[in-house]
Amino acid sequence: MAETTLKRTPLYECHVEAKARLVPFAGFEMPVQYLGVIDEHRAVRTSVGLFDVSHMGEVEVVGRRALDFVQHVTCNDASKLTPGRAQYSGLMTPRGTFVDDLLVHKISDDRYFLVVNASNTDKDYAYMCAQAAGFDGVDVHNRSDDYAQIAIQGPRALEVLRKLTPANLTEIKYYRFVDGTVDGAPAIIARTGYTGEDGFEVYVAPADAPRIWRKLLDAGREFGIMPVGLGARDTLRFEASMALYGNDIDDTTTPLEAGLEWIVKLEKESFLGREALVRQQAAGIKRKLVGFEMKGRGIARHSYPIWSGDSEVGIVTSGTHAPTLGKPLGMGYVPVELSEPGSKLDIEIREQKIAAQVVETPFYRRPR
Amino acid sequence: MAQPTDRLYTKTHEWVQIRGGEATVGITQYAQEQLGDVVFVEVPAPGKQVAKGGVLGNIESVKAVSEVFAPVGGEVLAANGELDGHPELVNQDPYGKGWLVRLKAAGAPEGLMDAAAYEKFVAEESH
Repeated sequence: MAETTLKRTPLYECHVEAKARLVPFAGFEMPVQYLGVIDEHRAVRTSVGLFDVSHMGEVEVVGRRALDFVQHVTCNDASKLTPGRAQYSGLMTPRGTFVDDLLVHKISDDRYFLVVNASNTDKDYAYMCAQAAGFDGVDVHNRSDDYAQIAIQGPRALEVLRKLTPANLTEIKYYRFVDGTVDGAPAIIARTGYTGEDGFEVYVAPADAPRIWRKLLDAGREFGIMPVGLGARDTLRFEASMALYGNDIDDTTTPLEAGLEWIVKLEKESFLGREALVRQQAAGIKRKLVGFEMKGRGIARHSYPIWSGDSEVGIVTSGTHAPTLGKPLGMGYVPVELSEPGSKLDIEIREQKIAAQVVETPFYRRPR
Repeated sequence: MAQPTDRLYTKTHEWVQIRGGEATVGITQYAQEQLGDVVFVEVPAPGKQVAKGGVLGNIESVKAVSEVFAPVGGEVLAANGELDGHPELVNQDPYGKGWLVRLKAAGAPEGLMDAAAYEKFVAEESH
């Protein structure tokens, strides 16, 4: 095999010790599974799981005009944030399509902390630097190597993390965060996640990460905590119908088409892609990202064609057997007239057309 | 890991056990570990002819789909119906209850490995 220069997260040794299967992902050597995707998935739905998501990118926007800049490059309205709040948003091309999807955390009036997809970090950073050239009083910093990120997800997440932090976790509501400590080390503790469960994402210095990872596993032992790899991370986010960049959204799709109109704030004076999105909204979208359930036997996968009668009408963006729901489900773009729940589709699987039907999303909603 | 010595193996990680002209085919322990949780097994209906080395079926895990290749050619006699409701048998018991199909073997097996040769092959491949 050719020599490649894969990066390792600060938790690499922990994964090797745990006998995780490691695979190349977004330039990193990442754990895809430890004991098994379905067991790991189940642990997060029923109790708690621990994820190394240190490959994710962190970009800081700093300066007097930090808000103006964030408003310019993203489609959600960052002026609604107060310090300690985060929002899901899109980094936009001038065409109103996704450069990436991201989390925007407001630290203070002149400091925003952006979390982006690992596979896009370099692209996003270069894009933001180019855009920042038009702004006086804004600095963009790629801080990805300065942070390890650990996600603690599941109904027991709070009970586990509570053992290692004096922060009052119950007061950190969904999509809020605090500057605190975990096991005595400085940490950003955010109530966010990518699983459809309650939980936290914790940003710590790389040197502190292995110790915190091991202590979290110890703290969670009484709840049957499991380390969770990228395999279950994907099935968890899929069941919760959260978009995956590169599959469900990319630089050819807009947030309006992806069913993410709630992150598009056209009332904002101006931002990259606004005109294109205003036009698309006025004209009406032609295609829409929908969820579907397989009616025949088979599993839809990314890039399989979607048919309606004799016409190829769309493409599958994500699909698998959903572990919690126990059935094969998929997501894909279809013409708007076929996007209503109940619409009948066929998925082309190995040259056969297998029946499917559009269903409501999210597929899975956690019980509250 | 010790492979059963009562059968033969392919480089694509299938096993075949031939008794009285009937070939039972499955995937190996190594293959099921690589696949991860199996959620769906697709094999041809009885009566179908498959060529040696041709696609015998598909195994879907939560992560991806993989093809299964026929270690010997022949006519499909039966598929393992248990796998419809319990595809996890492929993970739990790949050499027993997780078998995939029975074929009426067309001729003697050729170019397959015995357990010792297969073990060596896997050891080399996984490094």
